Formats: sequence, C-alpha cells, structure tokens
Amino acid sequence: MKEIINLPVSKIEEEEYHINMGPQHPSTHGVLRLVVSLQGEMVKSLKPHCGYIHRGIEKMCEKDTYPQLIHLTDRIDYLSAHINNHAVCLLVEKALEIEVPERVKYIRTIMDELARIQSHQLWWSSFGMDLGGLTCFFYGLRDREMILDIWEETTGSRFLQSYNCPGGVMQDLHPNFQKRVHAFIKTFKKKIKDYDRILSGNVIFEQRSQGVGMLSKEDAISYGVTGPSGRGSGWSCDIRKNEPYSMYGQVQFNEVLRYGCDTYSRYMVRMQEMHESMNIIEQLIDNIPAGDYSAKMKAVIKLPAGEYYQKVESARGELGLYVVSDGNKTPYRMKFRTPSFSNLSVLDHISRGMKIADLVAIGASLDLVIPDIDR
Amino acid sequence: MTFNIYDFTSFNQWIDKGLNSIMSPTWALVTEWVIIGVVFLLFYAVVGLFLVYAERKVCAFMQNRVGPNRVGPYGIFQTIADFIKLLMKELVYIKDSDKLLFNIAPFIVIIASFMALSAVPFAKGLHAIDFDIGILYVIAVSSLGVVGILLAGWSSNNKYSLIGAIRSGAQIVSYELSVGLSLLTIIVLAGTMQFSEIVEMQRNGWFIFKGHIPAVIAFVIFLIASTAETNRGPFDLAEAESELTAGFHTEYSGIKFAFFFLAEYMNMFLVASIAATVFWGGWMPFHISGWEGFNHIMDYIPPFVWYVGKTGFIIWLMMLFKWTFPRLRIDQLLTLEWKYLLPINLVNILVMAFLVLMHWHF
Repeated sequence: MKEIINLPVSKIEEEEYHINMGPQHPSTHGVLRLVVSLQGEMVKSLKPHCGYIHRGIEKMCEKDTYPQLIHLTDRIDYLSAHINNHAVCLLVEKALEIEVPERVKYIRTIMDELARIQSHQLWWSSFGMDLGGLTCFFYGLRDREMILDIWEETTGSRFLQSYNCPGGVMQDLHPNFQKRVHAFIKTFKKKIKDYDRILSGNVIFEQRSQGVGMLSKEDAISYGVTGPSGRGSGWSCDIRKNEPYSMYGQVQFNEVLRYGCDTYSRYMVRMQEMHESMNIIEQLIDNIPAGDYSAKMKAVIKLPAGEYYQKVESARGELGLYVVSDGNKTPYRMKFRTPSFSNLSVLDHISRGMKIADLVAIGASLDLVIPDIDR
Repeated sequence: MTFNIYDFTSFNQWIDKGLNSIMSPTWALVTEWVIIGVVFLLFYAVVGLFLVYAERKVCAFMQNRVGPNRVGPYGIFQTIADFIKLLMKELVYIKDSDKLLFNIAPFIVIIASFMALSAVPFAKGLHAIDFDIGILYVIAVSSLGVVGILLAGWSSNNKYSLIGAIRSGAQIVSYELSVGLSLLTIIVLAGTMQFSEIVEMQRNGWFIFKGHIPAVIAFVIFLIASTAETNRGPFDLAEAESELTAGFHTEYSGIKFAFFFLAEYMNMFLVASIAATVFWGGWMPFHISGWEGFNHIMDYIPPFVWYVGKTGFIIWLMMLFKWTFPRLRIDQLLTLEWKYLLPINLVNILVMAFLVLMHWHF
C-alpha cells in the first residue's frame, strides 16, 4: 500500500489508457471523437475533438443573402431545422422592423412545436438504443413518421424544410394540415404511454440513469448548458417563457423543470416537454386566423448596418444568432451560438469517475447533434 | 426394424446391429461416432440458422416491423443467404494480433457449445451420451466457452475487445455460480445428475410443479443466470454494441465472426434445452398423476415435439426480454449476482433440501 502512495503522479497515470470513441462509434450519433482516458472501466477524463463535420456554415453565410442562408441554417441542427429557420426570420424581421401577420406566427409556432416533438422522439429512440433497449428506436421512429408526413404535405420536404422565409412562410398550409395534426396528437397521446411503459418505468433504466452524470445548477449555468439538459438541473432557461417570441407569449404552457440534476431528470424533462408541446399545439391549431401567409417584403433584403442578436429555444437549448451587418444584402459576419456545442463542453466535467456505460448514457441525455457542434 | 417416433431405442439398436453385422466392432463404433458427429453438425447448422431467423422475426414482431420477407417465402432463406455471404467474406488479419490465439478463439467457443449439446436428451433414446453426471458435465463444458471469449478479446489487439472480454470473464464466472446452484436445487429434488433419469422422474409431473416454490425460484434464477451466461441482452455487456461497438468480436470477420454468432445462438438453444429438460420435463409429455385418460392423450404427442415446444417457448421468453430491457451496467450486473441471486439461491437449496427431507414434494 505504501509503495502505491509513494508512486510519483506520472507512474499512476501510466495505469490509464486511452480509447478513441469515435469518429465512427455507434453511440456518438455522428462523427464526434471523444478521446477517453480510462482506468479499467472508469472514465478519468475525456477530450472531445470536434471538426469532423465542419462545413464552414458561418463563413458560407457571409456570401449568401438572407433568404438564401436560411437553407444553410437547416443543416446546423437538422433535427430542429424549422426552429433554426425561425431564428433567422425573427432576426431579419426585427432588424427591418416588419410586423408579420398573425397567421404566420401561428404557423411558425405550431411548426416549431412539431419540430420539438419529433426531435425529442428521435432523441428518445436513440437514448433507448444507447442503453441497449433496441426496441425503443423503432417505436420512436414509427411515431416520428407522422410528423414527417405532415411536413411533407405542407412544406414539400420531410426533413430540411426551409419553410420559413423572411416575412412569413413559403406557402400556405395544406388544407389537410389541421386534420392531420389533430390525428397525430390523438395517436401520440396514446403512444407516449408506451414510451413510459417500455423505458421510463423500467427498473434497469432507472438504475442506469438515476444519480448518473450529476450536473449541478451552478455548473449548468457556468457551462451554459441550456435547454432540457439545463432544465433537468432546475435552471429556468426556457426562452419561450423568458423572452417570448411568436405566439409563445399568448399560449398557456408550463416550463418543465426537474431538480434531480441527473440523467433521469434530463430524460423526464424531455418526456414532459413532449406533452407540453402537444398542449401548445392544441391551443393554437383550431384558432389559426385567416390572412396572408407572408408579409410584403422587398425583393432584396438589406439589413441596416449594425449588430443584431436573436435567440430562440431549439429542441436542444438556446440557439443564438448574431449578425453584424454593414448594410449590404449579405451579412458581414454571422455567428451561431449552438446549444449542442455548449452542452458538449460539460460532458468531461459530469462524466468523470463514471463507467463507460454511464458515459454513453450521459452523452445520450445531453442530446448532442454533431453538425450542431461543428457547424 | 421398428421405427417409432415415441421411442428411438429400437431404431438405434437396429443401426448398431446392422453396422456390427457388416464390419468389426471397432469399426462399427468408429462409424457410429462419425454418423453421430455428422448428424450433430447438421442439426447444429439447422438450429443455428433457424434461431437466427426466429430472432429476426420475434424482434420484428416486437418492433412493429415485418422482418425478413424477401428471400424465399416469409424470408426463410434469409439466414442461409447471410451465411453464404459470411462464408465468402474476407478474413481480416489484424496487425500485431496474436495470430494463433486469434484463430483458435472462435473454435473454442463453438466447440464448447457443441460438446455441451451432446449430453442433452432430445427424445426417448435420442441421446448421444448419457452420462451419470450429465448436469455436471454440461456445466463444466459450457463454461469453457468463456476461455474462447477471453482469448478473442485478448488477441485482437483492440481495447474495445479487451474491455468486452474482461467484462465477459467477470460476468460468466459470476453467473456460473447461479446456474450451477439453481441446477443443484433440482438435483437435490431428483437425487441424480443423469439426464435420462431426471426426465424419467418427471413422468408423473414436471419438476417445476413437483418442487413447489423452490423449483419456480430456481427456474427464474436459472433463466436470468443462463441469459447472462450466454451473453444475451439485457446482459450482453461483452458485446455492448452502443458502448464497445461489438465487444470481443469487433475484429472478427467472415466465417470466424459467423462462429461467434452461431455459438451465441447455440448456447441459447443449449440453456433452453437444459431448462426444458431439468425444470419442464424435457421430452416427457405433460402428465398429471391419477388422470390416466388425460395422460394417455398427452402421450400421443411425440416426445420430440414436446422437447422442441418447451425449448422453443423458453427461447421465445429469452428473446422477448432481450428486445424489451435496456442493458445493465457491469457493477449492477455483478451486484445482481452476488447480492441477490446467490444468497436467494443458497437459501433456496436449503428450503428444497428441507422439502425433500420432509417428503413435502409431490
């Protein structure tokens, strides 16, 4: 025993070994590389290496006009593509001081919430898969399909819609839209009980997730862990509630907060958020006012010189959009504050001392989307 | 010759007599060995292919999918097509891997399950070897498989493989205890380790009914522990797809991977067979002592059908919980064994011994 204590630090570190989790690994959900330093099964530290899917979207935005760069924002966080588009539109409308029609606000809010639900569905699917419950994956994807069908009908695209444009939306809602959204909500309210039955209430799942990856509220704030991950630590960071945009100021919904700070809390926040999103949609879907689906816009959109910031609540957290304009039709500089990037930064902190299996669960509970990290 | 699907003894004797009449006894014995070997290999392949197909269909059923349905009617040739594909794939050799151990490992795994299967009674008289220590033999031989897994992980020169192998070492060695002790509970009741006698003793009631609650507890423990021993979900930590990519067989390709794959299914078949034989009467039809008419009707169903039905049911159970539960963590896995299953098992044996002493069993 004495010999071990007297060993120099460098000798002890030799007990560690490194494994590369990624760039190709089943549970990183993309090309993220984590250099994990292990002692046995225990994670001593880890170092994320980003950039494998860096496409230079911020730089590409500098040579695109505002209506064009909306299509690039789809590709940042492809699971909340609609919300990303929404952020750009809000920013442009704020800068030009355009008031969009009420109908547009309704449409955008409903679409945002549909995007949030489908993103959480896919997260739930992959969360189950990461923990070894492969059946979850198919349940989630099955129900997500209904939302994709709704989108396909109205926006013409299933995944990367680019449905928003400055001033409104590309085209009016499909006549079937309301009917299908109602059908979806009716079905999904039944199906989400299955989700709870197969995963949430499972003893193995509770053991795997409770007390794993403790992220205190202070850490969440200092690392900037926003979205459901931050709210799982009891940090009230929902932008829909704190700085309402579109219709969020006028609908009744609860900000889902959990105080457990662990993987289980982050899981439950997302499960509860799906209910809240359905609640929001139900309030709006029958009251969509008639009117134009877009405000009158000039052919060439030029933002007045200056700096603009717009943040929205994406499915993963706070999506910030910072634009410096020099009065041209393209932005001088564009910067995205993406939620996954900040959420990834806390992974090292909360997974130290955990097992490899826990690291996978924690990574899944942060709901990382790799293109959102690398941009 | 009288071929009788209810009793294969006379059929076997007929083959034995026939061989002895045309060649010397030594050669007759050698020929019999070869015949048994070939029959087992064929059986092995057929069962393996069928189980892979069955697993795909069961998991598709669980997951709202259709499963294989393109190759042949209902996709029944899908696994054969896959097997041919695996046969033709390149065998990748890993740099700096231990070539000898790397090549031996899949064979050790598959030989272990092959050897263990030889002691299982499939029907009356359909029994390759009938040891008087059958259960001990099966436990001993089936635990050899872990050597293959450890070697595979060690020789692959891959850290994921090594972690998987070490996990599986800890797991199988631990759960071996529970498997052994739960079988011991039934040995206490039966008073013999010979499979044929164990089956014969269940003529008027299967052990799971005869042994009251201790037998049920032993069966549940056996089911959990044997699932862990075969490295299947939710105890598939050695593979742990989402953590270790593919665990101990990450670096294997082609037919060597197929061996691991096949061995997993054969082990599942083996433990299901043992469970069916020891707890559910093996090929013995369902009998209730006293109900002669009912027993007589049950006897009309051939023993092999009973055996396949019971084994199939247990395999189906194992598949269902593989596709339902998330995976355990390694420390939770060991906690389950050493803190829960093992103490329960030890108490269970005492209870069973007490029952047998007091003649409270049926």
